Amino acid sequence: MNLFISASLIEPAVGLIFWTTITFILLLILLGKFAWKPILNAIKTREEGIEKALASAESALNDMRELRANNDKILAEARNERDALIKEARDAKDAIINEAKSKAQKDADRILATAREQIINEKNAAVTELKNQVATLSIEIAEKILRSELSSDEKQKALVNNLMKDVNLN
Amino acid sequence: MTGSIAAIGAGLAVIGAGIGIGQIGGHAMDAIARQPEATSKIQTAMIIAAALVEGVALFGVVVALMK
Amino acid sequence: MTSEISTYKRFSSICFVIFALFISLSFDLNASEPIEPETHGTVSDSSHAAGAHAAKAHDPNAPVDITSIALEHVADSHSWHLWGEGHDAVALPLPIILYSSTKGLQVFSSGRFEHGHASYNGYSLVEEKVISEDPTESIFDISITKNVTQMLFSAILLFFLFTSIAKSYKTQGVTSAPKGKQSFFEPLITFVRDDIAKGNIGHGSDKYVPYLLTVFFMILVNNVFGMIPIGANLTGNIAFTLVLSVATLIITNINGNKNYWSHIFLPHAPKAIWPILIPIEIVGILTKPFALMIRLFANMTAGHIIVISLVGLIFVFKSIYIAPVSVAFALFIDVLECLVAFLQAYVFTMLTALFIGSAVADHNEDGGHNDDDEKLVVKH
Repeated sequence: MNLFISASLIEPAVGLIFWTTITFILLLILLGKFAWKPILNAIKTREEGIEKALASAESALNDMRELRANNDKILAEARNERDALIKEARDAKDAIINEAKSKAQKDADRILATAREQIINEKNAAVTELKNQVATLSIEIAEKILRSELSSDEKQKALVNNLMKDVNLN
Repeated sequence: MTGSIAAIGAGLAVIGAGIGIGQIGGHAMDAIARQPEATSKIQTAMIIAAALVEGVALFGVVVALMK
Repeated sequence: MTSEISTYKRFSSICFVIFALFISLSFDLNASEPIEPETHGTVSDSSHAAGAHAAKAHDPNAPVDITSIALEHVADSHSWHLWGEGHDAVALPLPIILYSSTKGLQVFSSGRFEHGHASYNGYSLVEEKVISEDPTESIFDISITKNVTQMLFSAILLFFLFTSIAKSYKTQGVTSAPKGKQSFFEPLITFVRDDIAKGNIGHGSDKYVPYLLTVFFMILVNNVFGMIPIGANLTGNIAFTLVLSVATLIITNINGNKNYWSHIFLPHAPKAIWPILIPIEIVGILTKPFALMIRLFANMTAGHIIVISLVGLIFVFKSIYIAPVSVAFALFIDVLECLVAFLQAYVFTMLTALFIGSAVADHNEDGGHNDDDEKLVVKH
């Protein structure tokens, strides 16, 4: 008896095949038309919507990123400009200071030079005057000495003798 | 089962399937351990392979049922 | 509020599962106790010779025939047995539709057979088969059996379920998040569409998605129904799986492209082995769906038989102390069968998609044949 039943297990029944075929084909058609098509379409539409939303979000993000990059660029530019300005100003300042310094140096040098020249001139003048005075004094002294030396005949004779002694008539 | 030879046949089929599925499972474990990031792919392939092996075993069981 | 409702739903579903298990166990208990001296007998018992049957039923020490109970349990039937045994049996008689070569179409209730004990209008029910008493008459039994009833029910259920889901897309709008059953089935639908169809067929898979979805949910729902104790074992019936696999066979071969056929009739191999290769390829066309058919049938049937055999151990050993072990194992297998219900629906659909994919795959993209063909040539 088991034999019969177990054999019938693997022996397809005509009735069930018949009904399964009908049911399955009907179900396939009906579900395909009334269920799968709308459901799959809806899911697809939603996926596309989500994709679109994601894409637009992405593009918005990109825009923002671009904007930010632009801002950064502008900022960097401004910064560079500012730096350039500052540098320029610094350079100008340095130039002015240097110029002023060199001018001052020059002035100082000039003044010093004139001062030195003047000093030299004064000194020369002083020396000349001193020399003149010494000469005058010397002449006066010499005159006085001569006067005293030649005041008497004896003295004049002694001098002449003395001088004659030194002169050798060879 | 009435037919003992059929039962032996079914048993043999089950041994074969057991070895097969064991191999599949074990190697899948190895593969997962080696590449944990590929777990889902490995699992899918494992289930498919296991189903195929099991299918062969069930052929044996069906033949045992047929007698 | 909504969370409360979902909690309630969860609780009620758990209750339902427990109730179902309880019913299944009590049903099995009843089904296996040979208490009544039977005159009507169960479907399987009806096959025994009346005398032997009566004697066996009277003898409480007679061994319990678990095999026949299990086989009866997984087989189709002309009445829907709900519970009870013998006189107490509560069964729903189902219509019998016969197409007879002599009498034409005949419709009557299976209750007329009185569980195989009476003949009606020249027909009798033996081994769940309608047999004509007239040897010259050939009959086609296209009765609404238990399996057919469940299939029709599941088809109607699927239709209303998915049309209501389709409607909710329309009413709620496409952009809103899925709700309720929509949110349960949408991942499954997208799973079939993306992982099964697109993953195995690739380009142009959209055409086959409705078929794959129908097959997937038809198998899934009937697998689950088969696990509910009074449900019918439809997916474990070879006629059902036969139709599905024939549908796969037809779809695969109708859509097979030039490449597919040339692979079969003009394989990239030396001509000398063509006489071997071509028949193998032709047989291969048939073996693939055949394997599908057997796989689903055998998986589901084997699961049911294992569960009932485990419960039957109690009656084989005639001891109540074996019950906890039996029930624990049966529960374990039942849980495993829950996984198998999904897995087999997945495997059937996936392999169908794989076969379709291999039939419509376009190898001509890289000019002529692909690497596999090259390898094949080398191998041979």
